[in-house]
Amino acid sequence: MRLKITHHTVYNYENPVRFGVQSLRLSPSVFQGQKVIDWQVDMGEAGEPGAGFRDGAGDWIQLWTLRGPVTQVPVRIDGVVETTDLSGVLRGHREMVNPFVYMQTTEATTPDAALRDLAATPSDELTRLDLAHELSHLVYSNVPYKSGVTTLATTAAEALAIGGGVCQDHAHVLMVLARLRDMPARYVSGYLHADADGNAHEASHAWAEIFIEGLGWVGFDAANKTCPNQHYVRTGSGLDARDAAPIRGVTVMGGAEKLDVKVAVEEVAQ
Amino acid sequence: MYYNEMFDGEKVREAYASLSDWVAQMPVDFRQLKQAEAEALFRRIGITFAVYGEGGDPDRLIPFDMMPRVFTQGEWRRLERGIKQRAKALNAFLRDVYGRGEIVRAGRIPARLVYQNEAYEKAVVGFVPPRGVYSHIIGIDLVRTGRDEFFVLEDNCRTPSGVSYMLENREIMMRMFPDLFRGNRIEPVDGYPEILRRTLESVAPKKCVGRPRVVILTPGHFNSAYYEHSFLANLMGVELVEGADLFVEGEFVYMRTTEGPKRVDVIYRRLDDAFIDPLCFRRDSMLGVPGLMDVYRSGGVSICSAPGAGVADDKAIYTFVPEMVRFYLGEEPILKNVDTWTLWKQDDYKYVMDNLADLVVKEVHGSGGYGMLVGPKSTKKQIEEFRKLIEKNPSNYIAQPTLSLSTCPTFVDEGVAPRHVDLRPFCLCGDRIELVPGGLTRVALKEGSLVVNSSQGGGVKDTWVLSE
Amino acid sequence: MLSRTASNLFWLGRHMERAETASRLFEVGARITLLPNTVEGYRNEWESLLRASGAADRYAANYADVTEENMEKFMLFDRDNPSSVASCIHDARESGRIVRTALTSRVWDALNVAWQEMRAIGPGQEDAADLADFVARHANTVQGAIDGTQLRNDGFRFMKLGYALERADSTARVLDVKYFVLLPRVEFIGSGLDSYQWQVILRALSAHRSFHWAYGDDVSASRVAHFLILNGEAPRALITSVNEALSHLEALTRRYGGDVPCTARDRARALADRLAGLDIEEIFDEGLHEFLSDFIIEIGQIASCVQDDYFHGRG
Repeated sequence: MRLKITHHTVYNYENPVRFGVQSLRLSPSVFQGQKVIDWQVDMGEAGEPGAGFRDGAGDWIQLWTLRGPVTQVPVRIDGVVETTDLSGVLRGHREMVNPFVYMQTTEATTPDAALRDLAATPSDELTRLDLAHELSHLVYSNVPYKSGVTTLATTAAEALAIGGGVCQDHAHVLMVLARLRDMPARYVSGYLHADADGNAHEASHAWAEIFIEGLGWVGFDAANKTCPNQHYVRTGSGLDARDAAPIRGVTVMGGAEKLDVKVAVEEVAQ
Repeated sequence: MYYNEMFDGEKVREAYASLSDWVAQMPVDFRQLKQAEAEALFRRIGITFAVYGEGGDPDRLIPFDMMPRVFTQGEWRRLERGIKQRAKALNAFLRDVYGRGEIVRAGRIPARLVYQNEAYEKAVVGFVPPRGVYSHIIGIDLVRTGRDEFFVLEDNCRTPSGVSYMLENREIMMRMFPDLFRGNRIEPVDGYPEILRRTLESVAPKKCVGRPRVVILTPGHFNSAYYEHSFLANLMGVELVEGADLFVEGEFVYMRTTEGPKRVDVIYRRLDDAFIDPLCFRRDSMLGVPGLMDVYRSGGVSICSAPGAGVADDKAIYTFVPEMVRFYLGEEPILKNVDTWTLWKQDDYKYVMDNLADLVVKEVHGSGGYGMLVGPKSTKKQIEEFRKLIEKNPSNYIAQPTLSLSTCPTFVDEGVAPRHVDLRPFCLCGDRIELVPGGLTRVALKEGSLVVNSSQGGGVKDTWVLSE
Repeated sequence: MLSRTASNLFWLGRHMERAETASRLFEVGARITLLPNTVEGYRNEWESLLRASGAADRYAANYADVTEENMEKFMLFDRDNPSSVASCIHDARESGRIVRTALTSRVWDALNVAWQEMRAIGPGQEDAADLADFVARHANTVQGAIDGTQLRNDGFRFMKLGYALERADSTARVLDVKYFVLLPRVEFIGSGLDSYQWQVILRALSAHRSFHWAYGDDVSASRVAHFLILNGEAPRALITSVNEALSHLEALTRRYGGDVPCTARDRARALADRLAGLDIEEIFDEGLHEFLSDFIIEIGQIASCVQDDYFHGRG
C-alpha cells in the first residue's frame, strides 16, 4: 500500500523565540514492512538541520536548531511510504539495543496491584505469542478507547483505573502487562491510515511492541485489536511515550506555546 | 592483626627508613606549628569540602595528615600493572555491552545485571566513541591487607574526584618540608594535569579540525567538588564551563564567549548522566545542554566519560571484573576483588543475614560511605535497623567480609599512631593508558575506624612512590 | 573569554563599588543627622537617602520605622537588601569564587578577607565613620590587588568597566541625595547649613580635601557640582568615570576586532562627548535632578549594551 503522510505542526509563541533546539525522531523505520519513497522534513526559515544519526534502536534522529526571533515555528513533514503487511512482525529492522533493556520501568509504566492482577490472568500454558495476543485483548476490554479522559501525563496504572484512554494509554498498559510476564516491551510511535471500515483514527498513532523469543519484535495495537499491517507507518520507539517522543525541544524565551496540528494519512496510487 | 606499612615488628620497613628519623626527631611544638601552617595553606588556596546532608560549615577542610604514605618502586610497579589491566578490561566491557554484548552472550555476566542496570544508557547503544574509550578517568579504590596483598574495593568509571587532593597534598608537603624531598627520591605527580589534557585531546571527535578545544563541564560552584573542577581547569589551561555556557547549533557544540561562539571538541564533564542533556535525559534539568547527546552521537563532540559508563562500576557488576579481565584480555587479574555476596541470591542472602555482625554491607549504588553498615563496628541496634532496610529491598545491597585494612603511621594528639588507610590512584585512558606514580591516600583518623571517607571523618595524606 | 566569566568579573567590580556606595550613603545620612534640624527629626533625610538608593519600597516592606538603627541594619547588614554592604560584598566574593581561576591569588585573598571580616561584624558595633572606613579600606585593598597583580587582559577590562560604570552611577546617586534633602528647604540655599551639607557630600565621596585643593574654601553648589560632574581630574566625577569606562570599552574593541559588536563603546563615546561639551550652568538650567536622572538612565543603557555585546555569547 502506498501511503502519503502530511504532518504539519505549527508552534505559536507568545513572545519571539530567540533560539531553539529540537531533536526529531520522525523518519520511517527501515524494515521489510515499509519502504520510503519520499520523506521531507522542513522547519521553515528559522530552522537549520544539524546533527543526524541512526541510534541503537534503529531510529533516525535529526537535530534542528532555530535562530530567531520568530513567533511561529512550523514542523512540516511530507512523505510517501510503501507498506507491506507483515502481521506486526518487525522483520529486517536493524537495531542493537538488547531486548532486556526494554524490561526497565519508567514512571509511566510502573505496575500497581491492579496491573499485576490483570497481567496474571492469562494461563502460563500459552505460547509467548498467544500470551501477547491475550494481553492485548485484555487491554482492549479493560481500557476501551475513550478520548478526553486521560492526558499526556497519565500513567498506565491511572489509565487502567480510569478504565479508558487513547492509543498512548493502551500502549503503556500493554507494555506493563507484557513486562510483568517477562516479555520486553516498548512504545512505538508512527502513523495510521484509516482502517478498512473507513473509521476515523488519530492519524498520529502509537502502539506497543513485544519481544517474542524466536520471532523478535512484534507490534500490537490493542485498541484496534490488530497487529500493525500495511496501514501503519512506524517512526520510532522508546521505553514509554516520553522516551519515544517524535519531537523534543527547548526554546529560549518564547513563553507559552500553542500548537496547531494537521495530520493526514492517505492512500495514493502506485 | 593489621598489616602495618611502616613497621615489621620492631623493624622499620625499607620504604619508611628515612621518614622514621624525621618523625622521631620532630619536636612536638614544631609539629603543631607545621600542622597549623598546613591548615592555613589549605584554607588559603580554598580547598574545602562540603559534606552532603550534614549541614554545618560549607567551607570545611578535609583534615590533612603530614605523615606521608610510602610505596617502594617495586610495590608500585605491581600495582600499576594491575590498575592498567583493570582499566583496560573495564573499557573493553563498556565497548562490548554498548555493542554486541559478547560477554553476556557467552554467559559470563547475567543480561539482567547489565541491561536492566539503571546506569545503562540506551542512548549510547551502537556508538563507539573515539579510540573505543568510554571511561577516560578511572579511580580505583584499593586496600592493602598484607605485604603483597592488595584488593580492589570499587572502581569509579564516571567522574571520580579527589585528584586535586593528590596534587595539593604534594604541593603543600614540598612547600613545608623541602628537605624531606631533597633527601628522598620521590616520583613526581605534578605531570597529572598535562597528561589529563593530552588524554582528553587524544579522544577528540573525528569532525574536529586542528588542536582540540577541551573544556571541563561543572554543575556549578555549589557542587562540593567545585574546587577540584576549577583547580583542574586552571592547571590544564582550559575553560571551566557550566551547562548554560554551552549551546548546540547545527552539528556542533559551542561555548559562549565575549568574542562570540567558539566550538568545543572535548567535554570533560563532572556532572551525572541525568544532567547532560534535558532532551535526552531529565527534562527538568537546568544543568545540561539541550541537544548535546545528538551532537555526541553524530561525532561532533566527545564526552568524557561517556554517558552510561557507570554500568561498569556498579557494585553488582564489580564482582564480574576479574571475569572481564579473563574474557577480554585473556589474562589472569593482577589485582584481587574482595569476596562479595550479592543479596539477591538466595544463598548469599541467608549467609549475610546470619553474619551481619562480621560483614560490611553496602548499597549497590551508594557512595561516599553513606548507606553502609560496618558490622564489627556497629551496635546491635544499628545492625538490627540495617537488617530491616535490607529486608525491604535485598537486591539493593551487597556484602563483603570486613577487611583487615593496613595501617600507616599518622599524627595524632598523643604523637604518632597507626591508622587505617586506603588508596585511590587515577588511571587515564586515551590513546594510551597512563598512571601518575601516586594517588589519594585516605586515612580513618578515628582510632580503630575503618571508614576513610572524607564525609565520615576521614583525612588525607601525601602518597609517595620512591624512585629506584 | 567565557561570557559568564566576563559577566562575573564585571559584576565583581560593580558589587565592590556598590558596597562602597552603600556605606558612603549611610555615612552621609549619619552625618546629616548630626546637624541641627527641625522638630520632626531626621526622618526626611533618611527617607531621601532611601529614595536616592532606589530602595525605599524594599525598606518600607521590611521595617516599621525610619531610624538610624534600622537604617544601619538595612544599608549595611541586611542580606535581604541586595544593595546592602553585606550583600554586595557577598555577591562580589561569590562572583570571584565562580571565576576563581581568572583572579590572582592576591585579589581572591583580598575579596575573601573582606567577606570574612564583614561576616564577623554586626549592627551597632562600629560607628558610621568607622564602618565607612572599614568598607573603603577593604574596597581599596581589592582594587589595589586588581591593579597591582591582574594581567591587563579582557578580564581586567571587564572588572574595571564594572567599577567605572558603577562609580558613575553611584556618584550621581550620592549627588542626588543632596537634591532630595534640599528640595523642601529652598530657603537654605547659600546658607551655612547648605554649605555644610555639600561638605558632607564631598566627605562621603572622600573628595573634600581634593575639592579644597582645587577650589579653595568656597563650598557652593555650583562649585561642588562642577567638581563632581565635570572636573576630569576628580577621581569620582561623572566625567572621569565615563571616560574610564570608555577607555576600557575602547580597549576591548581594539582587542576583539571588528567581528565583535561595540554598541556599548559607541554609546559611552557619545555620553563622554556630551559631558565634555557641557558647562555647569547648563546643568543647573536643565535642573540638577533631571540631569542626574537622565545620566543614571544612560549608564543603565550602556551596561545593557555591554550585556548584549559580550555576555550573551550570541548563542
